[in-house]
Amino acid sequence: MDRRSFIQKSALASGMFLLPSFLKGMEFISLDKISGFRNVIVIQLSGGNDGLNTIVPYGNDIYHNLRPQIGKSAADIFKLNDELGLNGSCRELMDLYERGEMTVINNVGYPNPNRSHFRSTDIWHTASASEEYLKTGWIGRYLDSNCQNPYEAIQHESSLSLIMKGIDKKGIAVTDPKQLFQSTREKYFKSIVDHTQPSLLNEDNQGYLYKTMLETYSSAEYIFERSKIYDTKFSYPTTPFGKNLKGIADMIVSGLKTRMFYTSIGGFDTHVNQVVSQDRLLKIYSEGIGALVEDLKKNDRFKDTLILTFSEFGRRAGENASKGTDHGSANNVFVIGGNLKQAGVLNAGPDLSNLDNNGDIQFKVDFRSVYATILNNWLEVNDQQVLNHNFDRLGFV
Amino acid sequence: MKLTKRQIQHLYWRAGFGPDPCNLNNAVGKTAEDLVDHLFKSSEKVEYLKMDFSKLAVDRKSLSQKEKKELRKLANQMVYELDVMWLEQMVKTKAVLREKMTFFFHDHFAVRRKNPKENVDLNNILRKHALGNFGDLLMEVSKSPAMIEFLNNKQNKKNSPNENFAREVMELFTLGRDNGYTENDIKEAARAFTGWSAAKGEFIYRPRLHDNESKTILGKTGNFTGEDVINILLKEKQTARYLCKKIVDFLIGRPIPASTFDSFVDQFYDSNYDLSILIKSILTSDVFYQEETIACKIKSPTELLVGMTRLFEIDYKEPKAIVQIQRKLNQVLFFPPNVAGWSGGRAWIDSSTLMLRLKLSSLLLNFGVIEWDEKGDDPEQMLIQIEKKRDKIQEKIEKKINAHPNWKSFEKNMDGHEDDLSAFLIQAKLSEGAKVTIDKSDSVSLKDKAIELLSLPEYQLF
Repeated sequence: MDRRSFIQKSALASGMFLLPSFLKGMEFISLDKISGFRNVIVIQLSGGNDGLNTIVPYGNDIYHNLRPQIGKSAADIFKLNDELGLNGSCRELMDLYERGEMTVINNVGYPNPNRSHFRSTDIWHTASASEEYLKTGWIGRYLDSNCQNPYEAIQHESSLSLIMKGIDKKGIAVTDPKQLFQSTREKYFKSIVDHTQPSLLNEDNQGYLYKTMLETYSSAEYIFERSKIYDTKFSYPTTPFGKNLKGIADMIVSGLKTRMFYTSIGGFDTHVNQVVSQDRLLKIYSEGIGALVEDLKKNDRFKDTLILTFSEFGRRAGENASKGTDHGSANNVFVIGGNLKQAGVLNAGPDLSNLDNNGDIQFKVDFRSVYATILNNWLEVNDQQVLNHNFDRLGFV
Repeated sequence: MKLTKRQIQHLYWRAGFGPDPCNLNNAVGKTAEDLVDHLFKSSEKVEYLKMDFSKLAVDRKSLSQKEKKELRKLANQMVYELDVMWLEQMVKTKAVLREKMTFFFHDHFAVRRKNPKENVDLNNILRKHALGNFGDLLMEVSKSPAMIEFLNNKQNKKNSPNENFAREVMELFTLGRDNGYTENDIKEAARAFTGWSAAKGEFIYRPRLHDNESKTILGKTGNFTGEDVINILLKEKQTARYLCKKIVDFLIGRPIPASTFDSFVDQFYDSNYDLSILIKSILTSDVFYQEETIACKIKSPTELLVGMTRLFEIDYKEPKAIVQIQRKLNQVLFFPPNVAGWSGGRAWIDSSTLMLRLKLSSLLLNFGVIEWDEKGDDPEQMLIQIEKKRDKIQEKIEKKINAHPNWKSFEKNMDGHEDDLSAFLIQAKLSEGAKVTIDKSDSVSLKDKAIELLSLPEYQLF
């Protein structure tokens, strides 16, 4: 089969350019068939979360010397072990930790760290090396090599980030399924879609535009119809982040065939008076996660869910003159899930006696190892195909 | 080569921001050579962007933390003003080819700085040389404070080199990734660039920071300076090849015969990097006017916005709304994603951006409404409901976007050519779905018909 007819056939198979009624019949699978679909929620703490005041080396004198004004004492934290403690704003995370539903991976980063928000976010999104400019994101490439439909990766935000964009396939950005559905159903567009011929969906740019239009049209319907099934009555924090998590939970519990979700929470760029603002943001994050996990548990979907939280970089080990911290490099990431193989603190905390020339924490675990582990061990797909290289896998799932 | 109307429109889309209806008819029957000459003539004058920076010229040392923060905010704000100012220049200028190539180099030398003066200075360097000599352009860009700051050459010092600029000048600005240089060439070139710095918005050379020892770069050995490295890179024919590839991709947008491409490269290299010779050759070549080249490219958000704004003389009462739209379409000028520039092409299109692109003409020209209905009678009750819903949308969008086109002028321009509306607005061949939908329309006014055409996926192509 040549590529052109393949695209046309797979378009047919996914119901891409057919009438809504046809879609309804085809896409709906009973709920019990859906459970067992493993999924991943990727969350970015945008702006560069200060990992040292999140997972605090409270027992380390160097830490207190580096941070005389903003350092956290033993009284400010939940103790994880003799060395490390969790920021006191994260009560819900502590509950998860105690139940063996959370893993902390320390010193995650990459060689030659970049300290620009934009560039380092690109590096994390594309899973590239520091000197490499990739035009596709790792979730996008996961779609390219493993999925049929754009809605198998959903960004719960209003516009699509690089992380979601592959070469042939791109995920869908949606916050309000109804609004997305209605915008595609404007009668003018509906007429164009209804009269589009499969022969148009070829490899030129016109074909690509129509293919995207039809995929959006059918995905919008799928997401809207499907996500109506479950509208949680569970109470989430009323923050925008809480709303995004509620939207994701609705989609998971409704049985959407989505394997990857992505959302973010911003404001972590704490150059000035860090403690108040970071603690506030971590509280929002923790409360949101707490509600999400309880909701998923109640619906028996937590066991199939893995939540990865990262930030584009950590912050300078030493505080600055404005009671804040500047851009740094390696950082901790959290993995939360109902089915972890290794819970707790996975590896030793940062070596503060051995910082780099900038005064930053040196990386020990390549962030792409975390991705490789999730792709291979959790989603059971070929991680090298998505990441273009072979990275050591970890044991948390 | 005498051009058809369709080919002339194609020329004005690729070498500018779309055809003007008034001079289109005068152009019919002229040759490509004549029209391209005219494009160059119209671009002879360099219209620099100007901005008043006096508010930023304060002694930072005397400021409090809070005042410093305010100043940063103001500077940031001014970069957005610069974005809108440049868009406006693209819309109003007669020197369309110069602005178009400035836009090309804005992506080629992608710099993202929160400093409006550095941005404007770099942008004007691009404008000055956009149709001139690439070697001069490269040299001046490399010494611009924007580039020096952005790629950390200020931190590049003898005994503690920073390789950022040395790497990108080879990988992105001249030879292209993995094209005939090694990691060692980068290291050695970085040493040659030591001492290049910037202060108070000007280039300065700091001899004490310069590494005066011998370096070996691309097989040549000597006590090289930064200028020497730039000249060594220009001596490499691969630089001409890499630039040609990018410019051909920008102007033609599809693979061309190797013999044609090689002749462009030879000509460019032999002319010592004369951009006007290269661009003229491309814009008068057969391959440029072939049917396969017409409408094969996807418009960038800037080309889409500027093209529409020019044609309908849209007056934006709310410039912030334009920045908002640019952001949602992933291209705000002066904010490239990174030093490699925007990915372009199909990367512009995803489900969110495509829906907004399809809605763009109705948002800018009719407060968000496409007045399309099938021929035939709707029951009266339904019409009233539809009207009500429509008014609500328009009220909301007028508040939010508040864009006002000049329909009188458009109608006057199209006077006598109403039947050619589709061929004038759309370069691509209409799909079956598009044709059926347009044929079914009960619209009668030029305005409604124009908005319907601009809401087709085909309008995204040029």
